[in-house]
Amino acid sequence: MSAALEIHGAVASVGGRRVLNGVSLSANAGEVVGVLGANGAGKTTLLRAALGLVPLDAGVARLAGDDVRRLSVAERAHRAGYLPQERRVAWSLPAWRIAALGAVDLPDVKARATALQALDRVGLSPLAERGVLEMSGGERARVLVARLLATRAPLLVADEPVAGLDPAAQLLICEVLRREAAVGAAVILTVHDLTTAVRYCDRLVVLEGGAVAAEGAPRDALTPAVLARAFGVSGEWLETPAGPLISLETIRS
Amino acid sequence: MRRPSLILGLSLALALVLAASIMLGEVSLSPAQYLAGFQQPGSAVGEILWSLRAPRAVAAAVVGAALGLSGAVMQGLLRNPLAEPGILGVSAGGGLGAAVAIAAGLAFSPEVVETAALAGALLAGGAVAVAAARFREPETLILFGVALSAFAGALTALVFNLSPSPVSNTEILSWLMGSVANRDWLDIARGLVPMALGAGLCAYAARALLMMTLGEETAVMSGLPMGRLRAAAVAGAALLTGAAVALAGIVGFVGLAAPHLVRAAVKGDPARILVPSALAGAILVVLADLIGRVVPTEVELKLGVITALFGAPLFALVAWRAARSWRA
Repeated sequence: MSAALEIHGAVASVGGRRVLNGVSLSANAGEVVGVLGANGAGKTTLLRAALGLVPLDAGVARLAGDDVRRLSVAERAHRAGYLPQERRVAWSLPAWRIAALGAVDLPDVKARATALQALDRVGLSPLAERGVLEMSGGERARVLVARLLATRAPLLVADEPVAGLDPAAQLLICEVLRREAAVGAAVILTVHDLTTAVRYCDRLVVLEGGAVAAEGAPRDALTPAVLARAFGVSGEWLETPAGPLISLETIRS
Repeated sequence: MRRPSLILGLSLALALVLAASIMLGEVSLSPAQYLAGFQQPGSAVGEILWSLRAPRAVAAAVVGAALGLSGAVMQGLLRNPLAEPGILGVSAGGGLGAAVAIAAGLAFSPEVVETAALAGALLAGGAVAVAAARFREPETLILFGVALSAFAGALTALVFNLSPSPVSNTEILSWLMGSVANRDWLDIARGLVPMALGAGLCAYAARALLMMTLGEETAVMSGLPMGRLRAAAVAGAALLTGAAVALAGIVGFVGLAAPHLVRAAVKGDPARILVPSALAGAILVVLADLIGRVVPTEVELKLGVITALFGAPLFALVAWRAARSWRA
């Protein structure tokens, strides 16, 4: 079976600047893939290129085996759900209406039911009728994750789904995405927090300057050498009863 | 409030202001005269009611509805509560078309001026629709519209500057201030054709407006043909605005304020707001025209002057109250 997402030798530029320099990566059903890298390493561009939102100068992006450029917008929406980094919501629609935007392919009654179910999974059932702009930033981020879940797509692509959220909201969203993978979805997300990445991702792809610096199981990918090269920090793996932890320090020269 | 009752309530309010607009005016009539006038359209009173007041009130309603709908579409498309029909330069294009026609000495034929205004607006609208199909970012579209608006404004100023006749300059100025005085049923019918087409395009684009709540990328990834829908929204808004400008000149603030008056009642939904916005816009313009007619002044107050005079403070008040919900 083809990978839910597959990108080969991707080269892409944004605003005349080369951002991706021959990146390859894949995400299969049932796994959570974390894309890591310093700011400007090309994480967001990689996700957008994989979805055909950024044109490739070279290379190919495939969704469930087919070149993303050849898919109709409807077919692409059927194969992948996307949660962009931008969380601005223009109007204060009730939370369930926002979540239901993930299920525009369904008739109204079914879309509402799907939205309510998705809100339930992110713990927001009691706030289903509340206007999203009257919510806290964390609650709104969960509503947007609910919209992603409501797409019911076999591939979920989330750009910084937990950035700027309190610890409880971070854990909840990571667990929700893990559960999606457990029931068969392929999940790919960008994340900054290394401990979150290590605990919730099956596989990590570390980008540096638009190229893959390391890839593999968390422990294989995040070696001290990779941490130094990709993030400019010195790091050490610590074992704790709750799982592994990466202790970071600035490299002193 | 549920949407059907909101629409029903607004429709009733519109019927009331329309009735008031036909009943009230410079010539005060007794109930018996009204009855006679309605029964005999050919009589003097019938003439006042059917040929002067009724078409004027209906023209105001039609113009207001077009501007209200167009404003709601612009705000939804650009994700911006400050957007209005004029933001894309369509009104300025219409104003330029009319100014050129008047300066060319064609003011004796209102149809020609109307057609020139519509042509100017559609030319500007066409340019914006091309830009809308090409550029995704609302900001680009706004900047493009601002530039187009400024350019059309500059050309209108040039027409003023070069016009040898102070009479035609006064006529241009008067036209630009907006009015529905002396409009007949034929004028309205001519305006309704592009408006109906524009409203159809806006209805087609409604789901894109709803999806734009979360931004362009989410909308594109939701499987909607956004390029086509965006162009339809812009073309629809341009047709509505252009037809409104052709029928009544420049009537400001209605397109900006009408959506805000009903936004809370539709819980911010940028698709469900369309019909209520059109109704609110119609009510506002009929009221403004009525005020212009019944306030005893030496010279009749122009429609565009009144909408701005009342619209600006009203808008500030609504904005004050709604500011909380705009913070993203």
